[in-house]
Amino acid sequence: MSRTAALEMRNVVKEYPGFPPVRALDDVSVRIDHGELVAVVGPSGSGKSTLLNVMGTLDRPTKGVVSIDGNDTATLSDKQVAGVRARRIGFVFQQFFLLDGMSAIDNVANGLIYQGVGVRERRERSAETLKRVGLGHRLSHPPSHMSGGERQRVAVARALVHQPAFVLADEPTGNLDSKSTGAVMDLIAGLHDEGTTIAVITHDTKIAASLPRQVSVFDGRIETDSALQGSLT
Amino acid sequence: MTAAITPRPTTSRLRPSDVLRVGASGPRARKMRTALSALGVSIGIAAMVGVLGLSESSKSALLDEISALGTNLLTVEAGAGIGGGDGAFPEEALAAVNRIETVEIASAVYDVDASVLKNEFVPSGQTGGLTVVAANESLLDTLNGEIAEGAWLNEATSTYPSVVLGSVAAERLGITTLTQPTYVYVGEQYVEVVGILEEFPLSADLDRSAIMGQQAAEVFYGTDPVPTTIFVRVEDGAIDTTRDLIPATADAENPEEVSVSRPSDALEAQAAADDALTTLFLGLGAVALLVGGIGIANVMVIAVIERRGEIGLRRALGATRAHIRRQFLTEAVILSALGGVVGVALGIGATYLYSGLQGWRVIIPSTAAAGGFIAALLIGAVAGLYPAMRAAKLAPTEALRA
Repeated sequence: MSRTAALEMRNVVKEYPGFPPVRALDDVSVRIDHGELVAVVGPSGSGKSTLLNVMGTLDRPTKGVVSIDGNDTATLSDKQVAGVRARRIGFVFQQFFLLDGMSAIDNVANGLIYQGVGVRERRERSAETLKRVGLGHRLSHPPSHMSGGERQRVAVARALVHQPAFVLADEPTGNLDSKSTGAVMDLIAGLHDEGTTIAVITHDTKIAASLPRQVSVFDGRIETDSALQGSLT
Repeated sequence: MTAAITPRPTTSRLRPSDVLRVGASGPRARKMRTALSALGVSIGIAAMVGVLGLSESSKSALLDEISALGTNLLTVEAGAGIGGGDGAFPEEALAAVNRIETVEIASAVYDVDASVLKNEFVPSGQTGGLTVVAANESLLDTLNGEIAEGAWLNEATSTYPSVVLGSVAAERLGITTLTQPTYVYVGEQYVEVVGILEEFPLSADLDRSAIMGQQAAEVFYGTDPVPTTIFVRVEDGAIDTTRDLIPATADAENPEEVSVSRPSDALEAQAAADDALTTLFLGLGAVALLVGGIGIANVMVIAVIERRGEIGLRRALGATRAHIRRQFLTEAVILSALGGVVGVALGIGATYLYSGLQGWRVIIPSTAAAGGFIAALLIGAVAGLYPAMRAAKLAPTEALRA
């Protein structure tokens, strides 16, 4: 416990207003260390998505602590939290969210734009990152001319280009056929081997089982965490 | 706890050049929509710049004309009273008017009882609306008239049967050049045409006249030496006082039958009427601009709805609400600025085209061109404000649920 965690959540509660209020996360504590590859698994409606939003600082918890790379986000202003997202977190979405009017390299470069990185450096780093995900030959292609697997690799490159503390991948293979799914999971495994911290949110237990650590969510609570089972007993 | 000290995170930041780049990305990706929404604004701006340019150009043409002719010319006519009189001044009227101290020069026109025809075979009734008048040699100077062909009456030609034709008269008689000796049939005899005049903007009657020397008219046509119209050039600044003096001077017995008018007043009235028309068209242009602005607001509202995913993505990538607001505001201003540039160009082009056809000097008021562009920018900023606020208000989690 001497190093700061990439992500640490302590006793996090997230309630949505209503009568009675909906408790989407109920006393969730989880810690992801640098270099880990974690699967967050659970059926739909389990609170997975809320967990992703709170982990990714897209939503603030009602109670509890969320620390990114040692920064307690509760003490940060909205602008500073945006800064945390710009520098410390990379997102990969099921629907890719690539902009059609732009080439692959410019889509990846968008991952650096809100850090104030100059345009030349953005493009250089984006080209490097695209090479890293195996798309060095597709730099100036628009995403609309690419296969689903290729698009998701562009999105992964965008999540990596600013060297975040960790990458949050929300159902990264949810829109892909089995062949592309394999390729994207291989890419994620390869990035993990290189030391990237990644949390994959998925409902697919097979994909979850293939990763080194599984955290399963049910009814807004952490049901099991494969990292804790060993240490608890 | 010997935790490594991690630096406090700094806020995210979007360079000004990137604000422009990000703002341009939307219009760039949807070129057709961009062109159409800019078109609305460009029509409004083109209308306003064109109207201002044309009105300035036409007004300057008119003012040039007025200043060339002078605003100090008075036209004095006899027989304006209820009785009507005989339509003529006393014989000594011209000399009397010339004696007024503030009169620079005065010249009279006399009616000649004859018609001007192309030749003797034309029936005498078919005058084509042309008249024959007699005048002194000083008439041309008094009216600041110009000779188009030949020469004005001189001491020799004004005592013999010869005429100078007004511009309309020459045209109707089919005479364009005087390289060959040219004759027209006046009264019972042929007289030589010695000159053709340019148009008289201040005295359209003379354009339709054949003008001969007063002595010749008296000798050959028995014209009484009583003027029907006297043109008076007055010293600048003395117009009103002179105007009041003229009736009693010209016709001491019946001063109430003398009417004095100032022909340049008509041109000035025309310029004023043009102003009113310009205001009307400017108003129409402003309405078109407003409609164009509403079009941009509309397109931007749709864009915000369509691009929720992009907004969510940008928030996830670290954009603040302010960055999103700036992006969509910039996008609206880019649309309207495009419309503004195209509109100003169209307006200037229209002014050049129309002024060229009219033979006017082209004047594009710089305030119209700059003002048109600034108006476009403002309309874009106003139109983009509400959609940009909506985009910024969108919560990232909601935007990503697309």
